[in-house]
Amino acid sequence: MTTGIVYTETVVHAAPEQFVAEAPYQLAIVSLVEGGRRTVRILGERVAIGNAVELAEERGGIAYFRKASLK
Amino acid sequence: MRGVAVVGIGKTAFGAFADRDLRSLAVEAGQKCLADARVSPSQIEAFYLGNFAGPSFVGQNHLAPYIASGLGITGVPCTRFEAACASSGSAFFHAVSSVAAGMYDVVLVGGVEKMTSQSTAKVAEILAGAGDTGGEVRAGATFPALFAMIARRHMFEYGTTREDLAAVAVKNHANGAKNPLAHMRKVVTMEQVLAGKPISEPLTVYDCSLISDGAAAVMVVPLERAAEFTSKPVRVLGIAQTSDYVALDAKDDITTFRAVRLAGEKAYKMAGLSAADIEFAELHDCFTIAEIIATEDLGFVKKGEGGAYAREGRTCLHGERPVNASGGLKAKGHPVGATGVGQICDLAMQIRGEAGELQLARHSVGLAENLGGSGATAVVTILGAA
Repeated sequence: MTTGIVYTETVVHAAPEQFVAEAPYQLAIVSLVEGGRRTVRILGERVAIGNAVELAEERGGIAYFRKASLK
Repeated sequence: MRGVAVVGIGKTAFGAFADRDLRSLAVEAGQKCLADARVSPSQIEAFYLGNFAGPSFVGQNHLAPYIASGLGITGVPCTRFEAACASSGSAFFHAVSSVAAGMYDVVLVGGVEKMTSQSTAKVAEILAGAGDTGGEVRAGATFPALFAMIARRHMFEYGTTREDLAAVAVKNHANGAKNPLAHMRKVVTMEQVLAGKPISEPLTVYDCSLISDGAAAVMVVPLERAAEFTSKPVRVLGIAQTSDYVALDAKDDITTFRAVRLAGEKAYKMAGLSAADIEFAELHDCFTIAEIIATEDLGFVKKGEGGAYAREGRTCLHGERPVNASGGLKAKGHPVGATGVGQICDLAMQIRGEAGELQLARHSVGLAENLGGSGATAVVTILGAA
């Protein structure tokens, strides 16, 4: 499973035209455990810098992450 | 390399002008500049134009000859430069380079953008095209979102506060209220900024520069010929353009603009000056956090101290080093392609002592920083009295 740590994040209220219906949504840059960073969407609970996150799904070229479950 | 001088400036007001098209704005700025430098269109040897997205905003391509011919300039190289929000800074850099190299003597540089004929959501989409459309933009990033993420990280690493960001907006609005050419001539309070409509957290509408129409132009000649055109030439002491990755997630550290740091170092070296010699500056405050970071990257303060620098009033009109006396992009307006050359006009007005109510006490050496995208292009220019 792809996991990472939130490097930075924001909640977008004023969305570009193609995403207006989805706003507000959270966007984050995640430092991936496998290396590198990626700009992703956050599903569910809001996350903060330093939180562990995991890939939930990929769709339409967008990676959706969510707060990592404690296991 | 020859010394280079700015001998003419011309600006339109910045604002939302429903009755003005792109060409009429650019032509107005160009005509004002020609008149200021006492130059006729037939004397122009080359025309350099900065424009970010005319084709997307108004459906017009081939913009440089389209505008030049509107000024009565034909038969010479007319070229458009696109470097996102640093488009006309880049045009200016290349114009100065060509005059310094001895290729041309009399060069007109323009910058223009006509943005307000599109909806805000459409403008956000067009502007997002200056980011990485295969990554961050596809995921839903706007430019406010990218700078919001920069702000969050800067706050996390350096303790920069929401109030520090707001202090930049309050200062620049106070200055813009005194600028007759500014888009928004309105004072705002700290409370208003903090309670502003959220755009991309933690940024509110007051942290974001304006969507504006406008144009600016400057005349560039060899320093040795400057006296033919003006009694108040302004010398290009140092200038540099640099680049970095387009995607924010490709940068190691997003709390600094590496391109700005490098351009600053190069421009200081060319001028034989250091940050301590800069008396005033026009910095690219597309978002409040960008001004804070620029003051750090240009060495006005140490890394991480930009927030306090703004909050303590040291960059205000009567502070130790005024930043954005014009009102900045925040209040003056940000017609993207006009911004870089507009900053050069603002510096020149100060150096010439023509800034009216905004005239600074110390105004002999000024710096302009023009940033493209989230830092993939930077142009830093240092101007001084010739």
